[in-house]
Amino acid sequence: MASVSHHLDVPESQPESSLSGNMYRWVSTVDHKRLGLLYAMAALLFFVIGGTQATLMRMQLAVPNNHLISPAMYNRLFTMHGTTMVFLVGMPLLAGFANYLVPLMIGARDMAFPRLNAFGFWVFLFGGLLLYYSYIGGGALYGSGSAPDVGWFANAPLTENAFSRGTSTDYWSLGILVSGLGSVASAINVIATVFSMRCPGMTLARMPIFVWLMLVDSWMILIALPPLSAAQIMLTLDRHVGARFFDTQAGGSALLWQHFFWIFGHPEVYILIFPAFGTVSEVIPVFSRKPIFGRQAVVAAAVAIGFISTSVWAHHMFAVGLSSVTNTFFAASTLLIAIPTGIKVFNWIATMYGGKLRFEVPMLFCCAFLFQFVVAGLTGVMLGVAPFNFQLHDSYFVVGHFHFTLVGGFIFGMFAGIYYWFPKATGRMLGQQAGRWHFWLFCIGFNLTFLPMHVMGFLGMPRRIYTYAPGRGWEVWNMMASIGVAFQIVGLLFFFYNVIRSLRSGPLAGDDPWDAWTLEWSTTSPPPEYNFETIPVVRSSRPLWDLKHPNDPDWRYG
Amino acid sequence: MAPAILSLLQIGLLQAALLQGTAAKSGERRITNIFEPFATPAAAERDIGLFVMLITAAIFVAVCALLISTMIRFRRKPEDDERQEPPQVYGSNQIEIAWTFIPLLIIFVLIGVTARVIAVVQGANPGPAPVRARIIGHQWWFEVQFPELGVATANEIHVPVAGSSGPATMFQLESVDVIHSFWVPQLAGKLDMVPNRANTLWIDPTEPGTYLGNCAEYCGTQHANMLLRVTVEPKDEFLAWAAAQKASINVNTQDVEGRQVFESLSCVNCHAVRGTPANGKFGPDLTHVGSRQTIASGMIPNTPQNLRAWVNDAQEMKPGVLMPNMKLTKQELDSVVSYLVSLK
Repeated sequence: MASVSHHLDVPESQPESSLSGNMYRWVSTVDHKRLGLLYAMAALLFFVIGGTQATLMRMQLAVPNNHLISPAMYNRLFTMHGTTMVFLVGMPLLAGFANYLVPLMIGARDMAFPRLNAFGFWVFLFGGLLLYYSYIGGGALYGSGSAPDVGWFANAPLTENAFSRGTSTDYWSLGILVSGLGSVASAINVIATVFSMRCPGMTLARMPIFVWLMLVDSWMILIALPPLSAAQIMLTLDRHVGARFFDTQAGGSALLWQHFFWIFGHPEVYILIFPAFGTVSEVIPVFSRKPIFGRQAVVAAAVAIGFISTSVWAHHMFAVGLSSVTNTFFAASTLLIAIPTGIKVFNWIATMYGGKLRFEVPMLFCCAFLFQFVVAGLTGVMLGVAPFNFQLHDSYFVVGHFHFTLVGGFIFGMFAGIYYWFPKATGRMLGQQAGRWHFWLFCIGFNLTFLPMHVMGFLGMPRRIYTYAPGRGWEVWNMMASIGVAFQIVGLLFFFYNVIRSLRSGPLAGDDPWDAWTLEWSTTSPPPEYNFETIPVVRSSRPLWDLKHPNDPDWRYG
Repeated sequence: MAPAILSLLQIGLLQAALLQGTAAKSGERRITNIFEPFATPAAAERDIGLFVMLITAAIFVAVCALLISTMIRFRRKPEDDERQEPPQVYGSNQIEIAWTFIPLLIIFVLIGVTARVIAVVQGANPGPAPVRARIIGHQWWFEVQFPELGVATANEIHVPVAGSSGPATMFQLESVDVIHSFWVPQLAGKLDMVPNRANTLWIDPTEPGTYLGNCAEYCGTQHANMLLRVTVEPKDEFLAWAAAQKASINVNTQDVEGRQVFESLSCVNCHAVRGTPANGKFGPDLTHVGSRQTIASGMIPNTPQNLRAWVNDAQEMKPGVLMPNMKLTKQELDSVVSYLVSLK
């Protein structure tokens, strides 16, 4: 089916170079590579928007009693920042990487359902635009536009009509519902592709770790997204037909929403970190010149995380007053998930051990990922200890913790991936020098911003406050955090400069610039529409290693 | 990270100690450091917190040492042969088993300790005849009631010193609108105030003083300025405070003219002054507002100037607050403020 439809992709009559022809090719494409790039570009666009929102918040919090931003606007900023970064940056980056790489890595010519793939992207983008339309239409009859201000977790009953007038919350709810359809479509596609499109010899056991992780990730999406969609539908019913699921003033339950939301929300964190795990598992071996240490253990750990992640959600609810038995259960399951996560970290370090490490930019991001993810994991253990969580919950410590996970882990992992696969996708290398500037500035700025937040939490600073009084010991830490943002911005400017310059005049990459081992490096850069001239046949998990070392191929050992 | 944080924290504590010195006069502890507890729940949480931080710091140091030494030792050197690949090692079952089971043991210890401390914080008996208070969350202030003592006030909670000299205090936490959270870091970890639900929290503070806290669950526009003060005092002082708060005002000895102006305005629709016709329930009880240290739920000190600015236009001081600008004339303002100041 895939091989039929991709030939119908673009009418041959469109001239290659005209702007309209190019536009037409992009908007009508069902090619997994173009869709992958569209996802990534949309994600970067929203990343800039979400980053701008974060910058404004850090400007407001740099000094106590600041009047730069009104409380109403601040609350909209953090709501839109969180929603944007999770649903409009994390999810599409994930989908972009999965779309681009999975078929290439398993020797397929496209995804299993190319048109569903295009549907997924466009419905995601529509969801994102719907959310942002709230800036114009969110006030409804109550005045001019306003973005939602209920937080990205949108606790009931703050979202009910009594407390959230206008339609901004509806845009939030429907925007997420719609973009969630795209995520589910993309997850179904990845699963079908992995199970039915692998090239001859590509057994599950030989699949690249990245593909394995995207497979487990897609299952998690299928499990986690429906409860969120159900909750959004319930909320919309509440707000428009008086259903009263979460309307506490009419007997609804505030905790019901939290169960629905976090049964999505916690697997979601692992959903977001998995593409980074996958990327790191591909990049570290290539730049250490060794195969991944303990393949089966790394894959098994991912599957274990997938299972356990569905039973930890109430650790977001330790403070709502659950029974001590419930709290103990969720503390135990949360702490247990540290085991498979630890196994992964140990295996990555063991992969580096005994290798010949090349510290090029992708590897630099992987190394920072390792340090920062270890911090995130260990602060996660601290938070998992329920009694300590009674103090740390909803404090700035949590903000520090999950930014270490999602920026220090996910974003750093994705930057490693961008530097690593950019040559494949564009045919041109990204500049090393600018890449190093990007890395060091972003790394320093990131740590300067988010390390102090842990201390703010220890000193009792709650989250989601638009200002604070002087003299509570929070000033110096907030100032440090805000200064860090400046470093991050300059680092990111280097990144965008690097991308634009390389697209125009970067050195040509060739098929295999990193001397790597997985199938995507066996085709041209960028790959042709059909990916592979002849479908490859593989005999091990490192087909290009076998090709390059005919005297000592991997399949001899496995 | 943990060592880094610990050293950063030391700087913070130093700063905290300096500030503590300046605030000590009023007995107000402005640095709400969770590692400096003054009641059993916060102390239990501090202890397990330090325990888990010790373990995570040890793990952090070990992993980082391994990672850094690997990075240095196995970096490619200029003299290395480009084409020569290092030995290809695929894994080792013994090593995998080792780094599965050792962390598993650590995690089992943590789970056991966690279960135990959860029992201490959530299950423990606060002792005989505790003082009982109802704390009710509103957008954006805390209603405070001591039903057995007949006290109704807002945002500032007085409790007796516990231990040999006095009983513990039980809080019943509720909400009339959205979810709030009760958090006084040095006394106890937070517990949410959920509508249609009553959570209970107990404290047995050991040191007199005023402890600051915040609403810790996002609850709308002015979540940031929904502040709490818990004043811990010897039992006799506490009982004297409660008796004073319980009393209705004596309508004859108060500022009569101010009272009449107050009662002629729509202030009374939202605010109560016990002993007078003002019996609104929507806003804080004002019967003894003059005796409070702060107004605007802990945002500003309770001085006549601040009170005047607040009554004149609360929106200006605290945008989004549910108290509207009543557009009082200057004379009305003077009368109302002098009346409120007199409500000791």
